Amino acid sequence: MSDIGLVIPEASLTTLACLVLMVDVFRGGRTWLITFWAGVLSVLLVLLTITVWFPIQSSTAFYQTVQIDVMSAVLKAFVLVMVMMSFFYAKEYFEQQARAIPEFFVLALFATLGMMVLISAGSLVTVYLGLELLSLSLYAMVAMDRDSVKASEAAMKYFILGALASGMLLYGMSMIYGVTGTLDLALIAEQSTADEKTLLLVFGLAFMLTGIAFKLGVAPFHMWVPDVYQGASTPVTLFISSAPKLAAFALAMRVLTEGLSGLVVDWQQMLMILAVLSMAIGNIVAIAQTNIKRMLAYSTVAHMGFLLLGLIAANALGYAGAMFYAIVYSLTSMGAFGAVIVLSRKGQDGEQLSDFAGLSKRSPWIAFLILVLMFSLAGVPPFAGFWAKWFVLKELVGAGYVWLAAVAVFFSIIGAFYYLRVVKLMYFDEPMRHDGLAASSDMRLVFSVNSLAIVALGILPGSLMSVCEKALLAF
Amino acid sequence: MNLPLLSLTIWLPIIGGLWVIFAGSKVHSQASRNDALVISVATFVLSLMLYQGFDNSTAAMQFVERVPWIPQFGINYAVGIDGFALPLILLTTFTTVFVVLAAWEVIQERVSLYMGSFLVLEGLMVGVFSALDAILFYVFWEAMLIPMFLAIGIWGGPRRVYATIKFFLYTFLGSVFMLVALLYLYFKGGTFEIAGLHDAMLTLTEQKWIFFAFFLAFAVKIPMWPVHTWLPDAHVEAPTGGSVILAAIMLKMGGYGFIRFSLPITPDGANALDWLIILLSLVAVVYIGFVAIVQQDMKKLIAYSSISHMGFVTLGFFVGFQIFAKTQDWGGAAMGLEGGMVQMISHGLVSAALFLCVGVVYDRMHSRMISDYGGVVNKMPVFAAFMLLFAMANCGLPGTSGFVGEFLVILSVFQANFWYAFFAALTLILGAAYTLWMYKRVIFGAVANDNVQTLTDVNGREKFILAVLAVSVLALGLYPAPLLEMMQPSVSELVAHISQSKIP
Repeated sequence: MSDIGLVIPEASLTTLACLVLMVDVFRGGRTWLITFWAGVLSVLLVLLTITVWFPIQSSTAFYQTVQIDVMSAVLKAFVLVMVMMSFFYAKEYFEQQARAIPEFFVLALFATLGMMVLISAGSLVTVYLGLELLSLSLYAMVAMDRDSVKASEAAMKYFILGALASGMLLYGMSMIYGVTGTLDLALIAEQSTADEKTLLLVFGLAFMLTGIAFKLGVAPFHMWVPDVYQGASTPVTLFISSAPKLAAFALAMRVLTEGLSGLVVDWQQMLMILAVLSMAIGNIVAIAQTNIKRMLAYSTVAHMGFLLLGLIAANALGYAGAMFYAIVYSLTSMGAFGAVIVLSRKGQDGEQLSDFAGLSKRSPWIAFLILVLMFSLAGVPPFAGFWAKWFVLKELVGAGYVWLAAVAVFFSIIGAFYYLRVVKLMYFDEPMRHDGLAASSDMRLVFSVNSLAIVALGILPGSLMSVCEKALLAF
Repeated sequence: MNLPLLSLTIWLPIIGGLWVIFAGSKVHSQASRNDALVISVATFVLSLMLYQGFDNSTAAMQFVERVPWIPQFGINYAVGIDGFALPLILLTTFTTVFVVLAAWEVIQERVSLYMGSFLVLEGLMVGVFSALDAILFYVFWEAMLIPMFLAIGIWGGPRRVYATIKFFLYTFLGSVFMLVALLYLYFKGGTFEIAGLHDAMLTLTEQKWIFFAFFLAFAVKIPMWPVHTWLPDAHVEAPTGGSVILAAIMLKMGGYGFIRFSLPITPDGANALDWLIILLSLVAVVYIGFVAIVQQDMKKLIAYSSISHMGFVTLGFFVGFQIFAKTQDWGGAAMGLEGGMVQMISHGLVSAALFLCVGVVYDRMHSRMISDYGGVVNKMPVFAAFMLLFAMANCGLPGTSGFVGEFLVILSVFQANFWYAFFAALTLILGAAYTLWMYKRVIFGAVANDNVQTLTDVNGREKFILAVLAVSVLALGLYPAPLLEMMQPSVSELVAHISQSKIP
């Protein structure tokens, strides 16, 4: 297939995103629903191109800067599904608040493009290109709510720290380029085998890993996560916490396991420190939070730490476990922030823990769905979150890191506490208000589908697991 | 047609329970009660059909169903029962009927959720006892925490939130390490099938670690001293149904885990560490027995008595190694195992009955404090008679089920060491002391206060529950042979298995 044929999804998304931008300019404002539907349609079309031109074998395009393989196609498909679901959540939120920001959809499409480029990256240039396209769109999305002081502060922090992280990443790339003389990930892998390891190469790795850790939001590079998650308006937080995590996983995969596979021992040790720190800080600090968005932010830190454990196993199944974890986590996290939107009412987000009080009496069904999400995040079977943890732990134990698995499960006990607290609020406490929920029936449907997907994946996790395994067969 | 009886027994209450929960909010609560009763009775009938078709002459798993679940990792939905599982399944389905009945008038708030939770719990517990795949076992084992968490937290006493979170975290703590151990075993044995894990060769160090991980999970559940502290809290705060399920069945899961996992998978580890289990069991029997004497709260007293009685179970399970070391005969080990199993079943019935008795007076007086009672016999003679029987069974009076298990265990322990038997036998004195003293203070004497004066005797529903339990306690005490025969082949199989070293 020709080079351009391989990037049909990206090419069509670029075109469609520009079209949606035009639609928004000329038909936006009061009739923002047109923008919304145009956005949904674009995502669906791109999803269609991916399924039609699903890659059977790996191939590269544009002088190895882009690589199309099963992993990239699967990850892109999931990214698009998540993006579409977050559009529906955003629509509901905008309608509820009677104040729409139609640029959300345009920026989200560009962010999606960034994610897709990143997922398919074959050289450090494409890595950086995709990452910046994603990050810049996200900065703008956080800042979109310009009347909110918190949002502006969050956007500022996000931008400055993000720029710093990008700088680190670039610095690391330059070192690696200096040693190997190439930006091509496959060539870097050839040039940086374990026998030819130099100190400069390890330094390059350390700087790049710092950048990656920042984008993933793992400790000790997690400082932006709570502020941004809390400050951004809820649909933006929901967006940031779901699909980009898949892209960040792809980033780690491309750079670490493809490019720097020769340095596996070095990055395994670095990842171990990051993972243990994240699980400790994330889980312990989350206990003290009273704002649910902030609590979920710390929970993200902990979960990303857990995801790294799959990479530490350093074999195909371990990566498959991490990918499964990333997909399940994105879906669950989306649901958890979706719950905040479901509980919101005009002028007020449902983000205080007290908003959850007595929910089971006000709306038993919604309370049950949130219960599913919380137990899934805590890793209690029979929900998908359990299998995600199980898969990663299994490969970790198989790779001989039994002690690390023990540390991980220990911190997940601490983590269970704050998820239980949400369930406690919903089921054991008395409601503070007695009216029904403001959420529309569309919203309830989307939220139900989201939560029930977690149940379905929990009862029959096998098929998604084998998709992940096949996606990573090449590694 | 060949019905998948075992799967039906697992899934009928789970699906029925979910149906009761979600259909319940729209209909009148009486409908939920009726549905729950029908489902629980149907499940009991299904389990009786299992008993009917059960073959006492073999140790092999029966009613086996095997469907690939996650084929790429060799995880199957595999269920089956043997002589250890069947009695516990029967106990589960039997007790759940009474849990539903006991809540008939008492639970007025969110009836459908209450009934549904306990039905789901029932199915999950049957699942735990019949799972043949370690991961399936773990899924049932953990999922069980969710309905129990809700049951204690919603319908419990004043400190229910503290109690239920403590309960959840304690049990979660135990089980996650078991998960790591199971994953490790998968890489050693190459399978998640429990029977396959039984044959995995492991060095002594590995066995000790794995034994320890299992020990955490099961000791918390049983619970053994010193990880027992969640139980008194959970029992006291739980609604009557919750206490009954906790005492009658959940505690038995720890014992079942020792039989199904610890002993056969790590026999050498168990052999090396049996002194620890025996020590902790004796501490539970003696020390917790003393603790029970001074309790002011009836439910707490029964909770401590449960811990003490479960000490007998673990003692019986693990004393076999020392008997063999002394006599070169595994017969004593078999007797200890049988004694432990009988003790589990008997304690399930007796403690369920005692908690139901406390529930009966609690519903009338809304107090669990012994000091608030006195002279109840004057107002509730029928109730007093029933409770006397259960109190006697709790002390281990010959003729009741409590005697059989304790006697078998003491008899086998005697072969290992006189002093073990001496301390274990102290329970006959201590048990009598705390149970009968409580009984005396609550039931006998003059009518203590005006509240007691207004008590009315048990109604037909309560009388039915207590009568059926009384008959079962007596039947098991006078004629335990069917139970013993049911488990005999499985016990000999297990003993034959643990008598062989698994060190490569």
